[in-house]
Amino acid sequence: MTINPDMKYTKSHEWVKEEDGIAVVGITDFAQDALGDVVFVNLPEAGDEVVAGESFGDVESVKAVSDLVSPVSGIVQAVNEELIDAPEMLNSDPYGAWIIKVEQVNDREELMDADDYEAFCAEEG
Amino acid sequence: MKLIFEKSVPGRHSSLLPPCDVPAFELPETRQEPLELPELCENDVSRHYTQLCQRVHGVNCGFYPLGSCTMKYNPRIDEEAASLPGFTNVHPLAPKASVKGSLEVLDLAARYLCEISGMDGMTFQPAAGAHGEFTGVLLIKQYHDARGDKARTKIIVPDSAHGTNPATAAMCGYDVVNVASAPNGCVDLEALKAVLGPDIAGLMLTNPNTVGIFDENILEITRLVHACGGLCYYDGANLNAVMGHVRPGDMGFDCIHMNLHKTFATPHGGGGPGAGAVGCKAFLKEFLPKSALMEGEGHIQVRGFAGNFLVVVRALAYLLTLGREGVPEASANAVLNANYLMQKIKGSFTPAFDRVCMHEFVLDLSEFKKETGVSALDVAKSLIDNGMHPPTMYFPLIVHEALMLEPTETESKETLDEAAEVFRKLYDLAHTDPEYMHAAPHHAQIGRPDEVAAARNPVVRWVKA
Repeated sequence: MTINPDMKYTKSHEWVKEEDGIAVVGITDFAQDALGDVVFVNLPEAGDEVVAGESFGDVESVKAVSDLVSPVSGIVQAVNEELIDAPEMLNSDPYGAWIIKVEQVNDREELMDADDYEAFCAEEG
Repeated sequence: MKLIFEKSVPGRHSSLLPPCDVPAFELPETRQEPLELPELCENDVSRHYTQLCQRVHGVNCGFYPLGSCTMKYNPRIDEEAASLPGFTNVHPLAPKASVKGSLEVLDLAARYLCEISGMDGMTFQPAAGAHGEFTGVLLIKQYHDARGDKARTKIIVPDSAHGTNPATAAMCGYDVVNVASAPNGCVDLEALKAVLGPDIAGLMLTNPNTVGIFDENILEITRLVHACGGLCYYDGANLNAVMGHVRPGDMGFDCIHMNLHKTFATPHGGGGPGAGAVGCKAFLKEFLPKSALMEGEGHIQVRGFAGNFLVVVRALAYLLTLGREGVPEASANAVLNANYLMQKIKGSFTPAFDRVCMHEFVLDLSEFKKETGVSALDVAKSLIDNGMHPPTMYFPLIVHEALMLEPTETESKETLDEAAEVFRKLYDLAHTDPEYMHAAPHHAQIGRPDEVAAARNPVVRWVKA
């Protein structure tokens, strides 16, 4: 399992990377491995409001449908439309396949750095 | 195996229709296209469906411990009652005097099911479970609306719930508030208290819950929800564990749906029809759906007439044959069988919650998978090779690598012993030949369909070449 040292992490296995006031959000390698092959992604639209700790969409794998929980509060600036036709990108490149970009970030969930997240995953097993 | 359309031969048919003795009718222009129905003679059709039948596994073929689905054996006598021409040849708009027997079935079944659920009113309109949930939550919505209380926009659903619960709440226009389970799989009271408030319309709960545990705090849970002004909805999916022993109405629930096709003897799993009878306490009765044509206008109507009437006939036949003693005995045996099987399997696989269970239990195969590389899916597929229907997999979501078993009360000790033996064998096999299990099933008509391709690029329509 890989963890990207440049990102912050949630307990529900999303990653977030903030650059120039924009928060880029995706799911982790641990999450994609636990989900199995992702077959469908339900995305918000640009302009939608997201709230830290609340669902902003969902991912469906052969096993189950899981909520995507936003690590930050703000306004969706962009969604990764490529995922609609190629949800498998979340499996093959979890840290490259971003899901949404959030602007006007005004609140954050409690986030972990890479080391803490690694320990958290080890515990979850 | 070929589709029935591929077996079609132009012009072939069974000439069973008598000569037409009414004037020919010219179809409107919009219906002039040929229908492209398959053309076969009667024995081709009969063989086709018999072959299909031989390729599936049903309760009549063998053990079917599909957790959360109550795949019990359905006594033939209930089927016989539902086949009586007096029930099959009635029309919902027939003069009441000519269908008194059918009306009595509806009335008596409603009274018995009210008694079992602790409710005061009942509708049989909903077609099945999720439809029943939808109807039940609409009762809650109408209740709040009628009081002019528009501030209640949220429904609480625990994270162990059936997926239909949050879907139902969303379909009724509510926001879903997810409440985490405590480590014992039950509702976390502190987490529940944290979300209660004037914006809560109600709570949806299954008890026993989806890990097969009866929530001992149920009276406190329903009291807390009522104290904040919300109502409590009971998902009757697991009623088979408690019927005749404890009533949802006495647990503090205000409305309920019951899957007549699960708990009360209608075969299911093949697409229906089912019946999701919805019961409610007296104060909600005015909001129950009614058939505009049979009973009068001014009510919500979720389906035509009295719903799937023949499923109600089966349920009543089942209740009458079991009687006051038989109903609680059935649920007691369902619980006994689940505990017996759990204890027999415990020597190999690990229960997710090692305590007395209700009618079903969940195995946690996450350690086993780490040890052997064999997943819950591999075990499920291997069970097919051993003549068993696999248990429910990867549900509930709060247990990783979950297998959920519900043996039901209609299985004998011998069947349960055999099943436990199969699990033990597979446990050993996983340690000696995991590769074999990765490739299972080896003896089924279909091995491992490509579920990912099927989900990503579904082909749901056959097109004539």
